[in-house]
Amino acid sequence: MLDQQKVFYGILGLAVLATLGWGMSTAGPAGLAFAGAASFTIGGALMCLWERSIVRSAFSLMATFCGVGVLFILLGADFVGMAQILIYVGGILALLLFGVMLSPPDMTERKLVRVGGGLLTMGLGVAWVAGKVAATVKWAALPIDQLPEPKSHAEEIGVAFIHPEQYVVPFELAAVLLTVALVAAVYIARRKMSDFVPEVASQQENA
Amino acid sequence: MLSNITTTAATTAAAAAPSENVVFHLLAEYVPEGVPGWILPIVTASISVGIVIALISVMAMGFTWLERKVSGHIQCRYGPMYAGGWHGWAQPIADGVKLLMKEDLIPIGADKALFMMAPAIVLGAIFGAFVAMPLAPDFYFADVNLGIFFILGMSSLTTIGVVMAGWSSNSKWSLYGAMREAAQVVAYEIPLGISLLVPLIVAGTFNLREASELQGDFYGMGWFVFKNPFMLPASILFFIAALAETKRAPFDLPEAESELVAGFLTEYSGIRWSFFFMEEYAAMYLMCLVASVFFFGGFESPFTYMAREQFGPNAFITNVVAASTLIVKSIAGIVLMMWVRWTLPRVRIDQVMTIGYKYLTPLALICVLGAACWEAIF
Repeated sequence: MLDQQKVFYGILGLAVLATLGWGMSTAGPAGLAFAGAASFTIGGALMCLWERSIVRSAFSLMATFCGVGVLFILLGADFVGMAQILIYVGGILALLLFGVMLSPPDMTERKLVRVGGGLLTMGLGVAWVAGKVAATVKWAALPIDQLPEPKSHAEEIGVAFIHPEQYVVPFELAAVLLTVALVAAVYIARRKMSDFVPEVASQQENA
Repeated sequence: MLSNITTTAATTAAAAAPSENVVFHLLAEYVPEGVPGWILPIVTASISVGIVIALISVMAMGFTWLERKVSGHIQCRYGPMYAGGWHGWAQPIADGVKLLMKEDLIPIGADKALFMMAPAIVLGAIFGAFVAMPLAPDFYFADVNLGIFFILGMSSLTTIGVVMAGWSSNSKWSLYGAMREAAQVVAYEIPLGISLLVPLIVAGTFNLREASELQGDFYGMGWFVFKNPFMLPASILFFIAALAETKRAPFDLPEAESELVAGFLTEYSGIRWSFFFMEEYAAMYLMCLVASVFFFGGFESPFTYMAREQFGPNAFITNVVAASTLIVKSIAGIVLMMWVRWTLPRVRIDQVMTIGYKYLTPLALICVLGAACWEAIF
């Protein structure tokens, strides 16, 4: 019986190599960079699905987030790409790990039915998206072998956020929404007065 | 597996930015005919990253020696005196050889892949951050337009590496260390970023080279810290947050040796262990460089001003003077960090959280508001 882990990672590695070669052969260095970032994104997501240990799943998300960040940078959106790495890896992933780090690993046997079902669902989804993309995108017109002009968009984004005729209202509304969420989280998490009622406390001491 | 994401991101960002640095110009003179145009940027990026790695590793070794000397003198000792001769200058080399020789232990219950990957991620991330760091007007590896954003993003990746090390060690001490690291970094990234907003408001740029060059007026003394009354408190807040961010005492809770053996480092030995220490010193150096650039004039000083007047703005000697200025400033910051470490006792974890959330964050917000008002009025 082959080790499932080894089989999975072997297939994943071969797929990544194939992707890199395909990218290099179709679009040169730009294609290679894109293929690298894309395989990090999708490979991380696949690992996240495959791993039985929830913490390893969370770690594999790092590859996904970094891959998405690099994809943004490759497409010329440097601010969004770096914000993606800063916020998702530095903040959200650290919090996520903080949450799941103490959970025991779920090392029960992997059920072939579930793996097959997952693969079937995934295949159907990929086929549907690929069909849609193939039907709508005009491949011949795309400049696939060159990266966009490297240009910083931070200033435009900043102006757009505070300009009264652009996005200032959604920006401020999002800020208010986040503040409300923060206050609500603190309210739910803090100790209530009922935690300090003397009878309850004395009962706990007796028990 | 070791060629990790961070290096990819760093080189990609370097390629995306107009990275025609010194190495590029040197190489461009000697490239033979018929070489495809895309080879040169890739070779430039590889050589630049190699220089960064070599430079930062040697720097980190020097800082371990400096740390032992500073701590020794603070405690009325000499520190290392024998290895190499003059004040034990060869001590870090001896230490490095010893660490290379040591057995590479991996605990039986450890998650082997993650255990081996954690030092690589930590070190790769911090080296990636240095790529965006300019030393002088013409000495830079990549002139990243969003430099400070890139540096903060890369240095936040090291947190994940530390958490990975703590979790994969399969040890309670390590796990506690990793949890403290995660909690501490999430708490202190907020005041760190907010206190950096104050110089960013004054500078109006994310680019570290441009921010440095903006401080060259008043005979090289037009530092941001003198340009706005809220800058000095912001620099102190940044220093405290940087101490916590780099896990330095009094905020070295993740490796608190009197409570947690060695925290997330407990199960590491030999060269992997030394990778974490290299990261710590590199992170200190990075934070001090950022503080020098955004608060204390960057590579601008009266010496740089004189060199520029004497030899012209793009002369080699001007660049050398500028780079030495920046390095001296950041080493002063590092000595300050060591001084703090050997003077103050460690704070408790609840005190760490209190300082971060209840004091530093509101104070940093007040600084930002004040600085913005000052800039709007004057």
